[in-house]
Amino acid sequence: MKIQKRTIGLIIYFILLMLPIYWMINMSLRTNSDILSVFSFYPEEPTLANYGKIFTDKSWYSGYINSLSYVSMNVVISLVTALPAAYAFSRYKFLGDKHLFFWLLTNRMAPAAVFLLPFFQLYSTFGLIDTYFAVALSHCLFNVPLAVWILEGFMSGIPREIDEMAYIDGYSFPKFFLTIFMPLIRTGIGVTAFFCFMFSWVELLFARTLTTTAAKPIAAIMTRTVSASGLDWGLLAAAGVLTIVPGALVIWFVRNHLAKGFALGRV
Amino acid sequence: MNKWEDNKAWFLVIPVFIVVAVSAILPLMTVVNYSVQDIFGPDNRVFVGIEWYKDVLADHRLHNALQRQLFFSAMVLIIEIPLGVLIAMAMPKKGWGASLSLVLVALPLLIPWNVIGTIWIIFMRPDIGLLGAAINGMGIPFDHTAAPLDAWVTVMMMEVWHWTPLVALMAYAGLQAIPEAYFQAARIDGASAWSIFRYIQLPKMRGVLTIAILLRFMDSFLIYAEPFVLTGGGPGNSTTFLSIYLVKLAVGQFDLGPAAAFSIIYFLIVMLFCWLFYQVLLKVGTGDKS
Amino acid sequence: MSSLSWMAWTKPTAIFFITIACILVAMTIWQIKAPCVERKGFLPISTTPGDRLFIGLLSSAYIHLAWLGLTTLNLWIAFIIAVIWMIIVMRWG
Repeated sequence: MKIQKRTIGLIIYFILLMLPIYWMINMSLRTNSDILSVFSFYPEEPTLANYGKIFTDKSWYSGYINSLSYVSMNVVISLVTALPAAYAFSRYKFLGDKHLFFWLLTNRMAPAAVFLLPFFQLYSTFGLIDTYFAVALSHCLFNVPLAVWILEGFMSGIPREIDEMAYIDGYSFPKFFLTIFMPLIRTGIGVTAFFCFMFSWVELLFARTLTTTAAKPIAAIMTRTVSASGLDWGLLAAAGVLTIVPGALVIWFVRNHLAKGFALGRV
Repeated sequence: MNKWEDNKAWFLVIPVFIVVAVSAILPLMTVVNYSVQDIFGPDNRVFVGIEWYKDVLADHRLHNALQRQLFFSAMVLIIEIPLGVLIAMAMPKKGWGASLSLVLVALPLLIPWNVIGTIWIIFMRPDIGLLGAAINGMGIPFDHTAAPLDAWVTVMMMEVWHWTPLVALMAYAGLQAIPEAYFQAARIDGASAWSIFRYIQLPKMRGVLTIAILLRFMDSFLIYAEPFVLTGGGPGNSTTFLSIYLVKLAVGQFDLGPAAAFSIIYFLIVMLFCWLFYQVLLKVGTGDKS
Repeated sequence: MSSLSWMAWTKPTAIFFITIACILVAMTIWQIKAPCVERKGFLPISTTPGDRLFIGLLSSAYIHLAWLGLTTLNLWIAFIIAVIWMIIVMRWG
C-alpha cells in the first residue's frame, strides 16, 4: 500500500511537471487567431502551419543552425582542454592544485552579468563580435570548469593500478590516454558532453549580447519576438517546442548515467 | 589521498588555464579598471577613485534588490530541497520506470532558460494560459504583468518547476549509492519508514544534499534569464533581482563605472559563498574515502 | 597597444594587480623553497599559506567595503586595519 501511495504522488508530480510543456505544445498546434479567440484544452483544429513557417523562414531556422554551431564548437573546446586537466587533478598532487581547482570553480559560479561588458569590449577589439567563436569561447568560462569538475569525478573512480600497469608495459602517456583511458571513461565523457551541451544551449545572456545578426541564436530571436508588439503566440510556442527537441534527444542517450552526472560524479 | 606528486602535471592543466584565464582574469581586471573611472568614451575617461563604490553601497535600489534576492534564494531552498528529496524517494530504483522517470524529471533542465520564461508566459496569461485562467476562474484575480505579488509568485513557481528536478536527481544519485543490504537489515530489525529515512537515507544523502543546497543557493543568486523574459524585472521593481539590476545598469543605462563597482561587490559575495561551498566539497570528498 | 587599451588601465589598478601578482609569485617561490604543510591556527579549518592568503585577501576586501558603507572616515584607515589583519591571518591563522 505504501508503494501505491508513493507512485500516485509521483504521477501527480509528473503531470504537474508536464502541464506547462503540454500547454506550449497545444499552443504551437493552433493559429494565433484561434488561440486568442477560443480557450481550449486541446487543439480543435490542429495545424502545423507554425512549424512550417519556422522551417521555411530563414530568419527563424538560421537561429537553430547558429545555436547548434556555437554549442558544438563549445563542447569540443571544453572537452579537449578539460580531459588532460581532469586527469592531472585526479591523479597528481602538484603545486597549487587545490587553489587552481577552486579558482576554476569560482568561474562556474561567477555571475555572467559581471563579465558581460569586458567580454563585449574584448571581442570587439579582436573583431570577433557576431561570430560563433566568440559565443563558444565565452561559454567556456563556465563550461570548461564544469567539464573538469565532472570528468575529475569520473576519473577518480578508475583505479590507479590501470595507469601503473600501462606505464610498466611501456605505453607512452598520449598512447595510454587515447587507447586505454579514454575508452574506460567514455561514459564520463558522454555525460560531460551532455552537460556542456546543455549549459551552452540554455545560456542566453552572452549569446544575445555577443551576436548581432549573423550568429544570432534562436533563444535571442525568440526574445526579440516576445518584446515585439502583436505577439504571434502560436509561432513562439512552436519555436519553443523545437528548442526542447535537441535536449530531449540527447537526454535519452545518457538517461542511465544522468543521476551520476548530476551529482557531479561525487556520490 | 595517495596521489602521485609531480609538478609536471601542470603541463596537462595549461590549456584549461589559458582558456579560462583569457575568459576570466582579463575581463575581471577590466571590470576593476572600469570601477574606478568615469567613462564617457573609449578615449575619454576620468579617474574617480572609490566614488562609484560609495555610490553603489549607498544605493537604495541595490539594497532592495539584495533583500529581494536573499529572500528569493531562501524561499527557493525551503521549497526545493524537501520537495526534491521526496520526489527522489518516490522514484523507482530499477527497470523501465526508473529510466522513464529520470528522463521526465530531467526534461525541464534541458529547456533554454528564456524558453522557460516563454512557457510560463503562455501558461500564466490570464486570457490564454491554463493556470492563469484557472486561478482567475476560481474567482481570484491574478495577473503577473500587473500585480507585484502575483509576478513574484509566478517567478517562484517557475523557479521551483525548473530547478526542483536538479535537487531530485542529485538526491536520487545519493540514494542509489546506498547498498540494498542496509535496507534489508533495517527491515529485519522492524524499522519504521521514518527511522529508515532518518538514520540510513538522510545521513547517506548528506554529501550530495549539501552540494545541492549550495548549488541551488548560488544559481538562484545569479538568476537572470527566466524572470527577465517573464516579467522584465517588473511590475515596478518587484522581481528585479541582482543580476537583472546589474544588466539594467550596465547595458540599459550604460553606466559603466557604477555597474563595474557593483559587479565587484557582487563578485565578492559570490566568492565568499563559493569558498564555503568548496570547503564543504573537500570535506565530503575526504569523508567518503575514510 | 590597441590590444591593451580596451582594458582601460589606470595607474592605481595597475599597481594593485602588480602587487597581487608579486605576492603570488613570492608565495610560489616560498612554497618551492620550503614546502609548507597544512596546519591549524585560530581559524576553524586547517589551512596552507595559500589558503590563508586567500582568506586574508577576501576578508580585507570585505573590511574595505564595510568601511566604505558604514563610515565616512578615510579609507586609508581601513587599509591599515586590513594589512594588520592580513599579517595576523598569515602568521597565526
